Amino acid sequence: MNDPDVLIDLDGITFRYGRELILDSVSLQVRRGDFVALLGPNGSGKSTLIRIVLGLLRPDEGEVRLMGRDLDEFNSWDRIGYVPQKATDLDPLFPASVREVVAMGLLTHKRWPRFLGTGDERVIDEALDLLEMRPFRKRQIWALSGGQQQRVFIARALASQPEVLILDEPTAGVDGVTQERFYDLLQRINRERGVTLILVTHDIGVVTKHVTKVACLNQKLVFHGSHSDFCESEQAITLFGPESHLICHRH
Amino acid sequence: MEILAFSFMQRALAAGVLIALACSVLGVFLVLRRDAMLGHGLAHVTFGGVALGLLMGVSPIWTALAVAMLSAVVLLKLRDAAGLHGDTAIGILSSVGFALGVVLASVSGRFSVELFSYLFGNILAIGMGEVWTSTGLAAAVVAAVVLNYHDLVAATFDHDMARTSGVPVARLDVLLTILSAVTVVLAMKVVGLLLVAALIVIPAAAALQVAANFRSAIFLSALAGVLSVVWGLWASYYLDLPASGAIVLLQALLFGAAWAAARVLRRGR
Repeated sequence: MNDPDVLIDLDGITFRYGRELILDSVSLQVRRGDFVALLGPNGSGKSTLIRIVLGLLRPDEGEVRLMGRDLDEFNSWDRIGYVPQKATDLDPLFPASVREVVAMGLLTHKRWPRFLGTGDERVIDEALDLLEMRPFRKRQIWALSGGQQQRVFIARALASQPEVLILDEPTAGVDGVTQERFYDLLQRINRERGVTLILVTHDIGVVTKHVTKVACLNQKLVFHGSHSDFCESEQAITLFGPESHLICHRH
Repeated sequence: MEILAFSFMQRALAAGVLIALACSVLGVFLVLRRDAMLGHGLAHVTFGGVALGLLMGVSPIWTALAVAMLSAVVLLKLRDAAGLHGDTAIGILSSVGFALGVVLASVSGRFSVELFSYLFGNILAIGMGEVWTSTGLAAAVVAAVVLNYHDLVAATFDHDMARTSGVPVARLDVLLTILSAVTVVLAMKVVGLLLVAALIVIPAAAALQVAANFRSAIFLSALAGVLSVVWGLWASYYLDLPASGAIVLLQALLFGAAWAAARVLRRGR
């Protein structure tokens, strides 16, 4: 019997690029309302795991169940929002306005041919309002700062009103003050709108103040539990060194 | 206007404008996907299809269309199944297609003049049947883009994000490649197979210099494509220039103007 509160269920995921083992029997559950940090050093397999969850890569072994359904049968992609890592690496020739980028998030709800109506403009404005980006509606996306671009991509993901939002290294290349405001915003989305969040990061400082759970990956899942347990754990020291305790208890 | 008194000019204008519209709209997507050379590659393959049609004694437009569409599918397979880079796959396929055309032309040895009209274009000699064929195919290309507009924009912007939004990106890749094959065949009568890529790439490249959003990029690209054909035909008639060369050179001028305008606009911000 499926537990309706388990939104993502990974069981024994193993993945290889050629002969190189990237993920080794990773099992992980994400429950409704969680704010999970998927932590791990560079090259630990975090982004690969996310791409498997999103159906962009197929695991060599193991099963992925989304909202109680096997990945191959899952088609409710409007329930999952995704903000990719490379969102800040935009082609300056691509003339998309902020409005057009957010509008892309509405496609999941539409049947072919997917035309947008006046009601959709309201949804776009609401998503932009939430991220405080409405004044930039007509601006070109590449002309915004890295932090502003990330907000637009989150607005795009939220436009489809997803139950789960997955963010892959969303603050890469963003300054410290903007990062802090950004994490506060994610916390608000998690608490006030009830959106389950998975934040892929190698920034251990995020853990203490913002998230409710930590999944620590280094080819295998080496830790999965609450953030306070993580800060006390040996795995934190093993993966991030003795200063991890200092970072964990700084706040 | 004197130029419009001639039925051959009316046919050239009608077909040229429709074909320019289809090419320039599709071109925006191809340029942004860094597939600008797809048109050039498919044009070379199409040369083989034209030679085949002339050899068989059937209208080359249909054999060219069949060969171009088949090549488009093979191209996708070469990219995906054989794991080749896009430009490598285009390089292989275009060379093989062109070589096929050269061999067929040599074997028959009797249609080099007609083959030349497909290589360099001869829009002023376009017949009424070709006008209707062009109208139908151009309308099909524009309709396919309109009906899949938001999906195409999303998939062009970011493949992965589009896939996770439920956009059928693999199907759109096939659609876009097939539409490219159709536009290449359409455009071969206007500017010739050797210049066909210009009709697809240059209006889009010009529009992308100055467009404020995606919708305006499509509109400006279509405008640049249509204007270049109209002005090119005008120049051809009054200045006694070859229409294909005049059209492409005017497109280059439009690109230069758009490039300069973009620099001025950015400095003013």
